Amino acid sequence: MSVDRRMFLKLAGLGGAVFASRLARAADPYAAADEFFFVQLSDTHWGFEGPALNPDAAGTLPKAVAAVNALAVQPDFIVFTGDLTHTTDSPKERRARLAEFRRIVSGLKNPNVRFMPGEHDASLDNGEAYKEFFGPTRYTFDHKGVHFIALDNVSDPAARLGDEQLAWLKADLARRKPGERIVVLTHRPLFPLFPAWDWATRDGDRAIELLMPHENVTVFYGHIHQEHHFKTGHIEHHSAKSLMFPLPAPGSLPKREPVKWDPAQPYRGLGFREVEAEAKPVEYKLTELPVVKA
Amino acid sequence: MRRRRFLALAGAGAAAALGAAASAWPQERVVRVTARRFTYSPSVLTLKKGEPVVLEFITADIAMGFNAPDFNVRADILPGKISRLRFTPDKAGTFTFVCDLFCGDGHESMSGTLKVLA
Repeated sequence: MSVDRRMFLKLAGLGGAVFASRLARAADPYAAADEFFFVQLSDTHWGFEGPALNPDAAGTLPKAVAAVNALAVQPDFIVFTGDLTHTTDSPKERRARLAEFRRIVSGLKNPNVRFMPGEHDASLDNGEAYKEFFGPTRYTFDHKGVHFIALDNVSDPAARLGDEQLAWLKADLARRKPGERIVVLTHRPLFPLFPAWDWATRDGDRAIELLMPHENVTVFYGHIHQEHHFKTGHIEHHSAKSLMFPLPAPGSLPKREPVKWDPAQPYRGLGFREVEAEAKPVEYKLTELPVVKA
Repeated sequence: MRRRRFLALAGAGAAAALGAAASAWPQERVVRVTARRFTYSPSVLTLKKGEPVVLEFITADIAMGFNAPDFNVRADILPGKISRLRFTPDKAGTFTFVCDLFCGDGHESMSGTLKVLA
């Protein structure tokens, strides 16, 4: 992170809800790599209608776009970790929602945006419509010394990564240098966070097993509509808030019923995050930001 | 005894076996469940701890799932087929089962209850 940005955040008092994710255990061979930050948005569920949960369903995503655009310093890139749209049985309506979502987020100042599907986008047609709009459902890219891997655990309605994707992951990881920083982006939790609410990836343990030998791995995901932080061994997993409605804490209620809109605290529980990637020590600082400032 | 040997040979395991032919073994209770978007009927299954049961599933529309994570058992429920899941509840109490094949708007609320009597 640049000194300018650090100073700005301090002066602006934006560092309130910060979760520091420290990964360093050894000297970092990539200390010379640039530091940077990106923004994670998730579970926008464009097309959802339910006034009791979000009476501003059509306005929340545009407000989030405006909030990102209003950041004093623009991120290096922006990532949407799935459930861009709310599911529909109609292939035509699905495409209309994906098109409308794309139109709205094209208003982001920063054109460097990465997408991935959620089960609402992709599970009913194995990702067919999603791919027409946003391309492959899994991919890698490198940014300033960090290797990003987007995994698809939603195109299979059974929430499996599948043998073929796992082989692809294994081959990609085999090309990584010792100590290389790796960030995994995905929709569902790779670990069995709460299977009774279907908050899991059926073969996610196999992905974690492949990642485990790598020293610096962090996972960012969505799906559960709330902030959550967990470790499997040395691998940290961070889920993001939704931009449509929050869900209750895992297992806190008998059923996974969405949290109702509170008129006294509109947009409560919704938001997005900044992720500051620091190279020395290897560290990710998370800052949770609201859709609308209080 | 012959049945036990068959299950062992088939690699079906003690806790759960898909495809067990329930009707051939009258000592096992059979509970039939119909899945349709986004409900199970019945939605409350009353079982008994230690008593083997065969759950027989059909779907009235698209592919669904049945997953009871507290017992580590699951089944796919596919159109045009009867899916059978044999297991023996090893603990008493009230447990949730869910659909774990995404089936559309309402999937998240598709669940039921296993009541296992002591």
